[in-house]
Amino acid sequence: MWALFRRDLALAVRSGGGFGLALAFFLILVMFVPFGVGSDRAILARIAPGILWIGALLASLLSLDRIFQLDSEDGTLDVLATSPLPMEGITAAKAAAHWVTTGVPLTVAAPVLGYLLGLPAPAYFWLVASLFTGTLSLSFIGMFGAALTVGVKRGGLLLSLLVLPLYVPTLIFGAQSVVRITQGLDPTPAWMLLTGLSLLSVAAMPFAGAMALRANLR
Amino acid sequence: MSLSAKNIDCRRGDRLVLAGVNFTLAAGECLILRGPNGVGKSTLLRVLAGLAPAAGGKLDVDPDQIAYAGHLDAIKAQLTVAENLLFWAGVYGTGAAAAQATMDHFGLDIMADRFAHNLSAGQKRRLGLARLHLSGRSIWLLDEPTVSLDAEHVALFEAAFADHCAGGGIAIISTHLDLAIPSARTLDLGQFKSRPQTEANPFLEDFV
Repeated sequence: MWALFRRDLALAVRSGGGFGLALAFFLILVMFVPFGVGSDRAILARIAPGILWIGALLASLLSLDRIFQLDSEDGTLDVLATSPLPMEGITAAKAAAHWVTTGVPLTVAAPVLGYLLGLPAPAYFWLVASLFTGTLSLSFIGMFGAALTVGVKRGGLLLSLLVLPLYVPTLIFGAQSVVRITQGLDPTPAWMLLTGLSLLSVAAMPFAGAMALRANLR
Repeated sequence: MSLSAKNIDCRRGDRLVLAGVNFTLAAGECLILRGPNGVGKSTLLRVLAGLAPAAGGKLDVDPDQIAYAGHLDAIKAQLTVAENLLFWAGVYGTGAAAAQATMDHFGLDIMADRFAHNLSAGQKRRLGLARLHLSGRSIWLLDEPTVSLDAEHVALFEAAFADHCAGGGIAIISTHLDLAIPSARTLDLGQFKSRPQTEANPFLEDFV
């Protein structure tokens, strides 16, 4: 499992990996918002939490289909399925690697982009905290969607349609943890629900993903 | 350790391709699967590997002893030869020393630091097959292993398969080429080819 996790990290940062993809998309999306919405700082500050969260969500969606598709195309998935690794371990290691290569960089980049949108000062801590735990559920739920669509050629559309509804609670609680602090409210309940959701995804999704993979290999 | 297949039926998609495949292999035996294209050699190997369920019959094998090599080499182009083997050594828990020994054994040590996308088709094949040696598992399932190998390396792998069986391992190899493995038995899958399905499709029956 550790070998698989390390290999996925190495592949992500090598040429053709998905490491820069999510980050570049996040950057472009957030930088384009002022061009579209106008430079009124009050409006930008008000929509900043939502934009940052939607941006992070779409950016992590972008690299989901790579989780299993590449391994399925070159035969690695078949060999992994017959290897000593349990299928649940494979799905957990792959989702964790996806989180480290997309969720963590997005979390690190978010405060800089928040500054660009004029996010109020007290919100930075909660922005980082909510993205840090929230992207974990994005990766694990997304991995489940990727496992469901692994046999489908160019299944990107199907994957998005399957995964986006499951992302809604994460988006609501994630954006709320940032919005509430800008309104002077206590953000902890929203953040706790978000983190609870993430922990649930981490605990349950490897099993769901393993079942989906087993069904798809046949 | 042994492998026995009793009346195995194999399905590819909705179609039954093989019916009633029977064989038993004891430790040290090698079985060569022959038959025309489409007869179900790959399908049977996938069933034996546990990647697809048998449509019928009983398969008696320890899944923890199986090493499977399909048509695809399971190589990552962005990793070097050494990294590819070290990854599989990590997955099978056999360690870096085994990876090095395997590289030396199959003449891959001279290209250890080359990225796999710079390898020729035959070199990739060698790297893919070297994984079996590295896995430390005793039942090898090989699907057309000699494709794109030159004569010298076909001989190298024939020797490797023979060695594996001499050491008490089992190998099942599908091939169109005559392999020089002294102890090997040959099974022609043509005899198990299932007759065209005549049973009615219940869904269509209801529909019409």
